[in-house]
Amino acid sequence: MEFYRSQILVCTGTGCASSNSHGIIAAFEEELKKAGIEKEVKVVHTGCFGLCENGPVVIIYPEGAFYSRIKVSDVERIVSEHLVKGRIVTELLYKESIDENNNIHSLDNVDFYKKQRRVALRNCGVIDPENIDEYIAFDGYQALAKCLTELSRDDVIDIIKKSGLRGRGGGGFPTGMKWQFAKQPESDIKYVCCNADEGDPGAFMDRSVLEGDPHAVLEAMTIAGYAIGAQQGYIYVRAEYPIAVKRLRIAINQARENGLLGNNIFGTDFSFDIDLRLGSGAFVCGEETALIASIEGQRGEPRPRPPFPAVKGLFGKPTLLNNVETYANICQIILNGPEWFASMGTEKSKGTKVFALGGKINNTGLVEIPMGTTLREVIYEIGGGIPNGKKFKAAQTGGPSGGCIPASHLDVPIDYDNLISIGSMMGSGGMIVMDEDNCMVDIAKFFLEFTVDESCGKCPPCRIGTRRMLEMLNKITSGNGEPGDIEKLEKLAVNIKASALCGLGQTAPNPVLSTIRYFRDEYEAHINEKRCPAGVCKALLNYVIDPEKCKGCSLCSRACPAGAISGQIKSPYTIDSSKCIKCGACESTCKFGAISRK
Amino acid sequence: MKSLQELEAIRKKTLESINLRKENAGTRIVVGMATCGIAAGARPVLASFMDEIARRSIQNVVVAQTGCIGICRLEPIVEVYKPDQEKVTYCKVTPDMVSRIVTEHIVNDRVVSEYTIGYYENNQK
Repeated sequence: MEFYRSQILVCTGTGCASSNSHGIIAAFEEELKKAGIEKEVKVVHTGCFGLCENGPVVIIYPEGAFYSRIKVSDVERIVSEHLVKGRIVTELLYKESIDENNNIHSLDNVDFYKKQRRVALRNCGVIDPENIDEYIAFDGYQALAKCLTELSRDDVIDIIKKSGLRGRGGGGFPTGMKWQFAKQPESDIKYVCCNADEGDPGAFMDRSVLEGDPHAVLEAMTIAGYAIGAQQGYIYVRAEYPIAVKRLRIAINQARENGLLGNNIFGTDFSFDIDLRLGSGAFVCGEETALIASIEGQRGEPRPRPPFPAVKGLFGKPTLLNNVETYANICQIILNGPEWFASMGTEKSKGTKVFALGGKINNTGLVEIPMGTTLREVIYEIGGGIPNGKKFKAAQTGGPSGGCIPASHLDVPIDYDNLISIGSMMGSGGMIVMDEDNCMVDIAKFFLEFTVDESCGKCPPCRIGTRRMLEMLNKITSGNGEPGDIEKLEKLAVNIKASALCGLGQTAPNPVLSTIRYFRDEYEAHINEKRCPAGVCKALLNYVIDPEKCKGCSLCSRACPAGAISGQIKSPYTIDSSKCIKCGACESTCKFGAISRK
Repeated sequence: MKSLQELEAIRKKTLESINLRKENAGTRIVVGMATCGIAAGARPVLASFMDEIARRSIQNVVVAQTGCIGICRLEPIVEVYKPDQEKVTYCKVTPDMVSRIVTEHIVNDRVVSEYTIGYYENNQK
């Protein structure tokens, strides 16, 4: 192994890759060569660091200098100053990673990372995901070795049960129980599947795990195969995740070359292999029975349960199906013991959970927190608060199956049961933050549009019911709502929840129900006063010019594409609302703030 | 994988290169690499340190550079920080001195006093 005095870690996850981290790597390699130090300094591709908002992210060790928002043009300076002369380019560093005297403090002390506890993401941004040796150096495949050589199949299941790990895909079913159920049936063929069909709008934690630490998933699936007695695993991953697919392929090949997948692993009589199956982006294929149908080559449609997949799953054989993030916890539990894992979290929800923070928040990115952390800590401390000093209105968790959490519940500790009791759910971990400029009826409509689009059409409650709900919401937001509409929505929602075939349909009304529960006044304002309090719903919007503030400069009338604004120079202008198309061009052109939405 | 030993071998081998990324409590060898240091020949010194450490597979050592510490006339300057010990500063270091510093000081904890800045200053008068 070569000895390098310094290593440059560049994030090549989807977030940073989209802001040209590959160009930056090429620039580093070129500049290092120019300076003649390419043998002293190594450039390493890694997975996501979590701070996607500040990408592309570059960390240089041994100093631990955390450069953020690096451009190709900055590279020459970093090489000539930092790597040749040893002078860190402070003004390019992530500003929170240095104190007032320009000393670098450890990343663990930065607000964004301070309250995080990285278990599932432990290797993301630390190792090169395309190099199995680096994974092994960070204790990779030790858990598998321990299981195969020291533990019986029941021991493994007991450890997972004791840890209290629950499924991270959304439902929160105890993982150990699931393994137990899959082990029980006698069958010469069983399967282990991994659900990497991450479809919730705004959620990208599974993608980051696969991109940053693919071997962790492979190792955990192999352990699961040993525990339940399976020989074959399948990872069902979205084709829209090209980087994750590529890295999984590389990882599977490397594991095979090293004998960590294949026949007689570690010289035992246990054999296991894993293959990929690409999904083409239907949301319903994240539902377990639909996913299994899709792997089998059939149309991705759910079927009624029971029989559960643990009894009759893929190709009619007992099948274990877990989500990516669930698998990412397994090896750590085996290595550190179930007590260690159970020491984190709340009474009924153990360990940590990864959330994808998005929406109106300063630090968009990926955070992993112990269960029981409050929403306030996530949004204001880790997430850095709401941009432009706006007020927090609600956070949406659980994607199209979840609900909105209002400001009054900011201090509720986040875990499976608490989220359900306040009308939302954990889901796969998308967390979209909304401020006072978001209309809650519009948000409910957005999520319902998504489920209507993605409904597979097999059962009428979902196919027809959600469409009727969407029509009612459209009616309300276009100003035609009538008294009684809210009650009708609620009634229909309850019926859909009770009668839909799969989880997608049963949870589809949740965004509507939770927004009615907490923001009924907004629905009422739309229906009774024909007014959108947040000023989002165009049909209910009126732009008006304040004659006190208007200087009569005519800028707005020239910006108006509909010719709706008229007046005399140097006297107040007026808007003809019958011609106005509510595009907002006038409001953004006015230099005096005289135009507002009413 | 054929055996646990092989897994352990890969782990050990890769750990050397990975160690740099962990919080490190080990030895730090810091070479002065400002313009003055580079002009006085710090680069070959740095390279020799790296060669020496790689050759002996020494664990838990970081080679870093730093800027000018102000005594440019004594460059190349190398500082060695060992945990719980006082910093040792070597001056006018040349590549052929490196091997001795590594074997005696880094490995065996015996400071090479005749290369240190204190020794040099006292014997110049």
